[in-house]
Amino acid sequence: MNQDVVLKTVDLTKHYGGVHALEGADFEIRKGEHVAIMGDNGAGKSTFVRQITGVEQRTRGQVWLYGDEVHFAGPLDAREAGIETVFQTLALADDLDVPDNLFLGREKTFADWLGPFRILDYKGMRQATIDGLNKTAVKIPNIRNTIRNMSGGQRQCVAIARTATFHSRLTIMDEPTAALGVQETAQVENIIKTLKDQGEPLILISHNMRQVMELVDRIVVFRRGRIVANLKKEETDGQDIVAYITGAKTGEEYMEHAL
Amino acid sequence: MADTSHGTGGLTFDKQKRSWPNEMNILLALIIIVALFEVAGQLLPYMKGQSFLFDTRDRFDSIFNEARLKIIILQVAIIGIIALGVTQVIITAGIDLSSGPLVAATAMIAMSFAQTELVNGNPNPKAVFGLWAMDLPTIVPIAVGLTFGAIIGAINGTFIAYFRIPPFIATLGMFLICRGIALWWSGGRPVSFPTEGYKFIGSGMMPVVWFLSLAVVFQLILKFTVYGKHTYAIGSNEEAARMSGINVKRHKVLVYMLASMLAAFAGIVLSSKGSTAQAGMGEFYELFAIAMAVIGGISLKGGRGSIVGTVLGAMVIGVIRSGFTYIKLDGSYQLMAMGGIIIAAVVLDQYRQRSRA
Repeated sequence: MNQDVVLKTVDLTKHYGGVHALEGADFEIRKGEHVAIMGDNGAGKSTFVRQITGVEQRTRGQVWLYGDEVHFAGPLDAREAGIETVFQTLALADDLDVPDNLFLGREKTFADWLGPFRILDYKGMRQATIDGLNKTAVKIPNIRNTIRNMSGGQRQCVAIARTATFHSRLTIMDEPTAALGVQETAQVENIIKTLKDQGEPLILISHNMRQVMELVDRIVVFRRGRIVANLKKEETDGQDIVAYITGAKTGEEYMEHAL
Repeated sequence: MADTSHGTGGLTFDKQKRSWPNEMNILLALIIIVALFEVAGQLLPYMKGQSFLFDTRDRFDSIFNEARLKIIILQVAIIGIIALGVTQVIITAGIDLSSGPLVAATAMIAMSFAQTELVNGNPNPKAVFGLWAMDLPTIVPIAVGLTFGAIIGAINGTFIAYFRIPPFIATLGMFLICRGIALWWSGGRPVSFPTEGYKFIGSGMMPVVWFLSLAVVFQLILKFTVYGKHTYAIGSNEEAARMSGINVKRHKVLVYMLASMLAAFAGIVLSSKGSTAQAGMGEFYELFAIAMAVIGGISLKGGRGSIVGTVLGAMVIGVIRSGFTYIKLDGSYQLMAMGGIIIAAVVLDQYRQRSRA
């Protein structure tokens, strides 16, 4: 298989009982590419993400990551394979500070023979955090503040900075700015641009047309559990995408399923 | 104020806030309470100008009233040992009600492996087992007691983590079970006459030595080890902890095991101190241990609190007990005052949290 392909799915399908939430999704993302996934609520976007991040087990289909076929038993497997997901709901511990959150569950330690009582390498984690934040151009005034004292935008930035700190091989963001104000959204978008400049592949789920047109190379549209369009940004515009989302149009290569 | 531009929006930080840890407030409260008793001692007409804190006798070798200071800390040391474990449980957003009866059950069980064969030349009248259990090395009763505590803690933790029983219910059940074990063990009869080695564990100021050294150990563990970090993370956001790859269930079992082992150790120290074990021991200890943690600034919602805070909370309770005796008000007033202080501590903490957010 082409080594440029970061993630490839063939015939990825998920049925919840009789509900066909995702049907035959063929998807591909290449190195350095930023791809947006759009579609109405219930179109299958989140279901798609849950299958590739191992949160749920697929009904049918295959997934390759960097040329290796993968079967993730759970989200931790996916994470260890290098897929970092930034969820809509923030998975941060409010009473811990920034380095603690970045390294939660994979702390840098000394004296590992002590088992659960192994010693934390605070200095190493702080330094790695600062490096990670620099890499993503995230500005947080004092990384030793607890998350509780931070704004929504700063929290989301911390969640995103995780991906940069751990050299993820694929980043997935599920509506990262849905709960944020204008200024905070701008900050998150800046980070996404920085990731683009560094050639980090990214899948972005978003309802925000302006954001999508500004940030990504390619837009994949889901409708009623199927992929109905795969559009290069240069060859489309907002109205065109809306037409695909609402079902007024369907991509030629996907016509056979659109009844 | 620091430069927090770059479009971060939202809050900026006041760095001052971090330099005033919660524990300082408790220390301040402690100092105020001590000062109140000192003033009361000087002013109350029937006190004849005595001093609560200072040595009034005309000697050169001491400033403070050392006897009183020793008593203040000695009377809270054993419950304090329990509170060290309860603190960790509450940080994970749990609760442990079983520690008081566990103290009694462990005392009974450990003591029965610590008895001497002969008392004044006669066979031990309180013997639980035969001669094989007499005059064993001190390590045996300690090991038996701690093992018993670990088993009880593992059962607590397993029901809470794996069977999703609310901690309140699971440990309430264990509260009754342990009291039952304590009564059943020797048919309600006290177990007495321990070996010299066992007596030493709780003799003199030894409870204080245990309490303070265990406090130092667990403060370091909570602050500097992965165990501590995960304990706070679970209490702070259990879902996030799980998604971060922490084995939340196993960790909870470990926390409850450590808490019960500390309570079991408190039972060993208590029975050693009195040279006897009785089924009714440790009554209300679980509640006083929780009270120490609460006065120490812990949040019952989890994620916040510290061993240092709990030690200070223990000191507050010790000072109040000692102070009321000093100004010659009886136990009923002590209980009322302590209850008021517990409620006040939580009210103040909530007020502080709200004004910070």
